[in-house]
Amino acid sequence: MSENPEVVPAGTETLEVLSTGRGAFGIDGTPDVSGYGGLVRRTIATPAATRPYGGWYDEALDTLAEELGDHFGPAVQKVVIAHDQLTLEVAREHLLEVMRTLRDHPGLRFEMCMGASGVHWPQDLNRELHVHYPMLSMTHNRRLSVETTCPDADPHLPSIVGIYPGNNWHERETFDFFGIVFDGHPGLTRIEMPDDWAGHPQRKDYPLGGIPVEYKGATVPPPDNRREYK
Amino acid sequence: MSEEVIYETADEAGSYDTTQGKVFTVSGGDWDQVRGDEGVEQRVVVNMGPQHPSTHGVLRLILELDGETVTEARSGIGYLHTGIEKNMEFRTWTQGVTYVTRMDYLAPLFNETAYCLAVEKLLGITEQIPDRATTIRVMLMELNRISSHLVCLATGGMELGALTAMTFGFREREYVLDVMETITGLRMNHAYVRPGGVAQDLPDGAEKFVADTVATLRKRLPDTANLLVDNSIWTARTEGVGYLDLTGCIALGMTGPVLRSTGYPWDLRKMAPYCGYETYEFDVITNTSCDAYGRFLIRLGEMNQSLNIVEQCLDRLRPGPVMVEDKKIAWPAQLSIGSDGQGNSLEHIRHIMGQSMEALIHHFKLVTEGFRVPAGQAYVAIEAPRGELGVHVVSDGGTRPYRVHFRDPSFNNLQAVPAMSEGGQVADVVAAVASIDPVMGGVDR
Repeated sequence: MSENPEVVPAGTETLEVLSTGRGAFGIDGTPDVSGYGGLVRRTIATPAATRPYGGWYDEALDTLAEELGDHFGPAVQKVVIAHDQLTLEVAREHLLEVMRTLRDHPGLRFEMCMGASGVHWPQDLNRELHVHYPMLSMTHNRRLSVETTCPDADPHLPSIVGIYPGNNWHERETFDFFGIVFDGHPGLTRIEMPDDWAGHPQRKDYPLGGIPVEYKGATVPPPDNRREYK
Repeated sequence: MSEEVIYETADEAGSYDTTQGKVFTVSGGDWDQVRGDEGVEQRVVVNMGPQHPSTHGVLRLILELDGETVTEARSGIGYLHTGIEKNMEFRTWTQGVTYVTRMDYLAPLFNETAYCLAVEKLLGITEQIPDRATTIRVMLMELNRISSHLVCLATGGMELGALTAMTFGFREREYVLDVMETITGLRMNHAYVRPGGVAQDLPDGAEKFVADTVATLRKRLPDTANLLVDNSIWTARTEGVGYLDLTGCIALGMTGPVLRSTGYPWDLRKMAPYCGYETYEFDVITNTSCDAYGRFLIRLGEMNQSLNIVEQCLDRLRPGPVMVEDKKIAWPAQLSIGSDGQGNSLEHIRHIMGQSMEALIHHFKLVTEGFRVPAGQAYVAIEAPRGELGVHVVSDGGTRPYRVHFRDPSFNNLQAVPAMSEGGQVADVVAAVASIDPVMGGVDR
């Protein structure tokens, strides 16, 4: 298939592209006669929100900025508001500082971190591995999310178990499934997969597995080898 | 370490040297063969589970004992890991419901509803869900809360030797499962709640059946309470056992009955209402004992509150659609029961095959391709019987989830086993684990 120059709509050059897909029916390696082979579909990360954010968001971010001082700029790289949910993208170097401030400051008081959820974006270069921490403030009855990233080549994040002890198993699970090493974790071992398992199953380059199933003369390939809509 | 071979009998399980000394593996009946040298410190590590009737499923407890006292407790999980989250990435958004319902198999309707609320949030159709669908969801969730708590009391009772509590619990649960079967077609693994609404409207006579069941449960539920609340054996086994105060709960991220047993009335149905819970009248049950007995009382109280909510649902059920209007999302086929007990609606098949080309196209596109969900991510939390059930859903704009992660309350709460049981006796570990009420299907997913 020839590589056509891509037409990029004006003003979108700076958008963060999480992944790019081609075609419509998941055909790779063979001539695509569907007519949709040239279709390019991009997954764009939700753009940063601009002030005023509305609600309690402004006040909370002001408080955080005040507490972090000079570190706020490099620490909180992006503020996203989508579906009524506030997400702070935090640089991993400053993750502990941000988490501790979120927990301890009386105006923030996010007492609980409800776990860690990894997401693998293989095409988001140098930040392939994302981890999403949902935070809950019981004092103020507020929620926000903290998201941080690390590259596949250096899959290290600081462990927040010292701040939120309840994240112990959640970080073990994220290590188990994505191979992210949480530095400072008191016992980072596999939790769901067997101890001697090779690979990290939730990564996108890890196949689902399965065998072809034959039924009445026809063969159904395993789910990850079937044609798919893109 | 000496090189001598200690055992020569055929049935001994053997020993090996480690950096911390000689380790003997004892499998029962051969205790007296293990004779440590006088004055050598001995540690006894007991594996409880994963196949053990008192560990609430395939939970493995690794206990270090000093006599009957537990000095260290660790839990090992993963024995029921089935890769549900990974599998969902290869199915459509609607098919995902069939997977999530199998996670915490005692609270399937909570998994389904939480997942659908998250998908609906990404689709931006939260406001368009018909009232009738939302009311049915609430009604089924509260019935499910009762059946889930009944299993907790039943198995918890059995684990502590109260066998009648088990027969009572499972007997009452059967009434609830009959309702589930009537409405969803299945006793568990329903896949009934779908993105956009529910799979099917209530069948004829379902409302009366639910009302009758509520009346039966009102009469039967006090049986378990009468059996155990003032039972001196029960209180001796549970009072002061599995102690975890508010500080411990917050540090470990505990939610649900365990958190409410510290006296903190944290219930997402009140604090962050979803599905219109703010319009229902019910109380949040708390207790200040911080122990297994308090959690038992909380579950008893919550079942009665759930009955109240179910009755309010029955009052406000009005005829109407149970699926969003948007034909690009709404699952087309309403099931109807054929002679074989299942099947598609003949009316619908007549419509798509004989009357409307567009309906056929919609049906084909939805069933084979599914709908697209705009790129983005959402975290939705609901109050499941065991605590906060959080769903993190990520879409890349395609017809299948890019990533779905369930923050199952059992998974998080099991971390409290060491804090609850270290320093107590072996038998107290069983009571502590039962008071957390972990469901390993949800823990391991």
